[in-house]
Amino acid sequence: MRPTTLASQSALLNPAVLYTTLLVLGLVAPFTLYPTFLMKVLCFALFASAFNLLLGFAGLLSFGHAAFLGSAGYVCGLMMRDVGVTPELGILAGTVVAGLMGWLFGTLAIRRTGIYFAMITLALAQMVYFLVLQIKATGGEDGLQGVPRGHLFGLIDLSNNMAMYYTVYAVFCLGFFIIYRTIHSPFGQILKAIRENEPRAISLGYDVDKFKLLAFAISAALSGTAGATKTLVFQLASLSDVHWHMSGEVVLMTLLGGLGTILGPAVGGATIVTIENQLAESVGSWVTVIMGAIFVACVLLFRRGIVGEIQALLKRAGMQ
Amino acid sequence: MEIFGIPSALLGSQLLIGLINGSFYAILSLGLAIIFGLLNIINFAHGAQYMMGAFIAWLALTKFGINYWVALIATPIIVGAFGVFLERTMLRKLYKLDHLYGLLLTFGIALIIEGIFRDQFGISGQSYDVPELLAGGVSLGFMFLPIYRGWIIVAALTVCFGTWFMIEKTKLGAYLRAGTENPQMVQALGINVPLLITFTYGYGVALAAFAGVLAAPVFQVNPLMGSHLIIVVFAVVVIGGMGSIMGSIVTGLGLGLIEGLTKVFYPEASSVIVFVIMVIVLLVRPAGLFGRT
Amino acid sequence: MTHKKLLTVACAAAFVTLSAGVQAQYSGNVVKIGVLTDLSGTYSDLAGSGAVVATQMAIDDFIAKEKPAFKIEMVSSDHQNKADIAANKAREWFEREGVDTATELVTTSTALAVMKIAKEKDRIALINGAASTPITNEQCNDVSVHYTYDTYALSNGTAKAVTQQGGKTWFFLTADYAFGHALEKDATAVITANGGKVLGSVAHPFPGSDFSSFLLQAQASGAQVIGLANAGADTTNAIKQAAEFGITPKQSLAGLLMFITDIHSLGLKPTQGMYLTTGFYWDRNDETRAWSKRFFDKQKRMPTMVQAGQYSSIYHYLQAVKAAGTDDTGKVMAAMKKTPINDFFAKNGVIRADGRMVHDMYLVQVKKPADSKYPWDYYTIRQTIPADQAFQPLSQSRCPLVKK
Repeated sequence: MRPTTLASQSALLNPAVLYTTLLVLGLVAPFTLYPTFLMKVLCFALFASAFNLLLGFAGLLSFGHAAFLGSAGYVCGLMMRDVGVTPELGILAGTVVAGLMGWLFGTLAIRRTGIYFAMITLALAQMVYFLVLQIKATGGEDGLQGVPRGHLFGLIDLSNNMAMYYTVYAVFCLGFFIIYRTIHSPFGQILKAIRENEPRAISLGYDVDKFKLLAFAISAALSGTAGATKTLVFQLASLSDVHWHMSGEVVLMTLLGGLGTILGPAVGGATIVTIENQLAESVGSWVTVIMGAIFVACVLLFRRGIVGEIQALLKRAGMQ
Repeated sequence: MEIFGIPSALLGSQLLIGLINGSFYAILSLGLAIIFGLLNIINFAHGAQYMMGAFIAWLALTKFGINYWVALIATPIIVGAFGVFLERTMLRKLYKLDHLYGLLLTFGIALIIEGIFRDQFGISGQSYDVPELLAGGVSLGFMFLPIYRGWIIVAALTVCFGTWFMIEKTKLGAYLRAGTENPQMVQALGINVPLLITFTYGYGVALAAFAGVLAAPVFQVNPLMGSHLIIVVFAVVVIGGMGSIMGSIVTGLGLGLIEGLTKVFYPEASSVIVFVIMVIVLLVRPAGLFGRT
Repeated sequence: MTHKKLLTVACAAAFVTLSAGVQAQYSGNVVKIGVLTDLSGTYSDLAGSGAVVATQMAIDDFIAKEKPAFKIEMVSSDHQNKADIAANKAREWFEREGVDTATELVTTSTALAVMKIAKEKDRIALINGAASTPITNEQCNDVSVHYTYDTYALSNGTAKAVTQQGGKTWFFLTADYAFGHALEKDATAVITANGGKVLGSVAHPFPGSDFSSFLLQAQASGAQVIGLANAGADTTNAIKQAAEFGITPKQSLAGLLMFITDIHSLGLKPTQGMYLTTGFYWDRNDETRAWSKRFFDKQKRMPTMVQAGQYSSIYHYLQAVKAAGTDDTGKVMAAMKKTPINDFFAKNGVIRADGRMVHDMYLVQVKKPADSKYPWDYYTIRQTIPADQAFQPLSQSRCPLVKK
């Protein structure tokens, strides 16, 4: 954990300074960087952060998180396009559906741990994929196309990229804040206790399953928020969002950024999206090879991830 | 005669085909189960190694004129050696860590291998002809069975049960099993456990390559042929009970049969049925059908 | 081209130029073409880097031949068959990099996504690789051109010819997703209209690797023809296994969506005698041979119809830009629709109001191994399907832009 009382810590290690800096950076970013790209980064950063809540803090590896991201995207898209609700309701609908699905997945999966947990979530996600492919309303492999961005609260026209960006940014900050609060609440502490030593947590009288289930549902709901927002940004939902590759990708993002760190997954998400975006134009067919190499390098060389390594470095510097 | 509206001849042939596909599942899941049992590593690169087997057999035939029978022996050795290299250089460093890292590392390796083959050979795939000795087919009355398909069952079952025998009934197998239970103790008895582990990974990978060579004449040899299969094979291993040798063989064959039946009664669901079964099995028997809790 | 026709074109061009204002207008002084394709996935052989090469060839040829007053640039990117990556890239190209047209766009989901953005940003989408008919029906718009082929043309051409030649009873192996079902539906309509009958069909999961189970169901149906309403590795695996199980040649196969790369990968032994429909075959005449050999020198493969169509569409687009004297979307689209396409790819090809480019299609039969004399000598052209019969007639169009 971050040493908060060390006098010699650098200013950047002070959470208040750090988060204020990041908040301002996020506000001015669209003036220098491309807004649509930033919005994608934010969606994946939120997705990875939500995933990390489960893996990094509750120690549960879900291999089926694409199901929440994708389903919420479809729900939001259908609500916006066919029912005609406003964007905030669309996102809310996606979040709620993903949360309910998470609760259902969780009920089935949390009875098992480790690799069995991962496999059950994978299996359930494969069933969701199958359903999405079969249901007419989702448009099959053509995807759900032509989702309007609509007017936020019926007032603000989101087809304006800047308006859309700040909406996404607000959603991201809210989601991130919820995750931050969850981790730093007594609930988050109990999750960590369960991760470190489950029998002990049980013997202390905690209903471990209830905590795990709640963590799973929150993680799923926020993944859904990310998915619904993504649908709004790109005005489409597609099968690749429910495919198991997406479930693998979010693991990579989290790992690359730093498992169990607060900012890590967001950094990892941003890094992967940037790499994908940059490599797509320059290296063509070598994208998968490079992604694979990142995986290997992460596991062998820096398991703490980008943020984890930086924290360790700063900590070491602070100690001396 | 009809069963549930399906002519019994058709049903019979579907079951036989299910058994053939089950043979592939059995060899592949056996390799995964062995690796998991001893190394505690979930080998996500298994599909890519299966694909390598098929591709190397194809390369051997087209570039060097090496025939099927030689390839069937030589390819698993080559790919197995590649596995040994991976174990010595990378996997070795992960044994003390969470399962997660082994899975992620091998997932990355799979992406690299597939990417390289795709870049070299394109995506459309290559054709490998059935060896002359096994060409043609026989009429079984209810269906026409290509001889090669029959050979798949024979070869797969021989290798599977041979492996089972080696692990359960021989001295080498006893070391292996003991090494799984208590590596320090076995090491203390003067047995080179790290070497044993390396050998095991190489053998598991060789099994994948063997399945790849078997598959080359029936499927198009394609860089992604393994990645489509790997998820299903995972499910097979989990259903059978991770690390259970006999469990993986029996479950592989059994799921082949069930999938075969699904292809008749509800074909759209034939790719998802295995996951439905997996969830049910894990909820009822947490350690899988043959696993020890 | 006759003198009279040339004159008409020149007049049209002059008219468009005049109406555009005296001064030529090119945004950023450059015409920028963005090739958005699958460089790493399932469709990378039939489109992919070959489509990028074809685009560059078109640009080079255009500069050499037409000496345009404007500069031409190309960018290319891998959309990995993901609609969101395609949408993101297209938006970035249009908004930030001044790309005038996004092109190639294999897979329908990416094509539809980019079409929507092109409409919003008032740029052009030239679609070659994607196959589905909604592109020029429900989802059509006035800034998109569907150039090379579509599922209607392919299934229509093949199913009609095979039924007319006596293949009266059919059984379908259908990839279980929207496009597979669309292929089956279009083909079924043609088969029944020509006095044939569909005995049944089986929807297989996508992607599948073992088709023997489905093939045996097809065999048990006793149908004369097994229609393969799938694509890529699914089709090639099904063909290979049909031969293995002795189903062919007793029953014949009809591939509803096949490319020359599929034939190349399978070889002629399992594919001989198959009928399929294509928009382009490299060995059709001197013109196609000359172009294809040039392509082969660069890519070491003969072009697919998508890659040939890519060249043709880019060249046509650049001609329209030159004629219009501007890269303004509306004016360039008008010029593209006004001028017929005449090159090695298409003769008198016309872009209709729904965005469909109609041109002759070819029904081909795959050669026997003994009849194949040189590399890539795969097809015998059995029939030229005239443009007005090859594609969905405008009267059936569900595109709102078509006035009835």
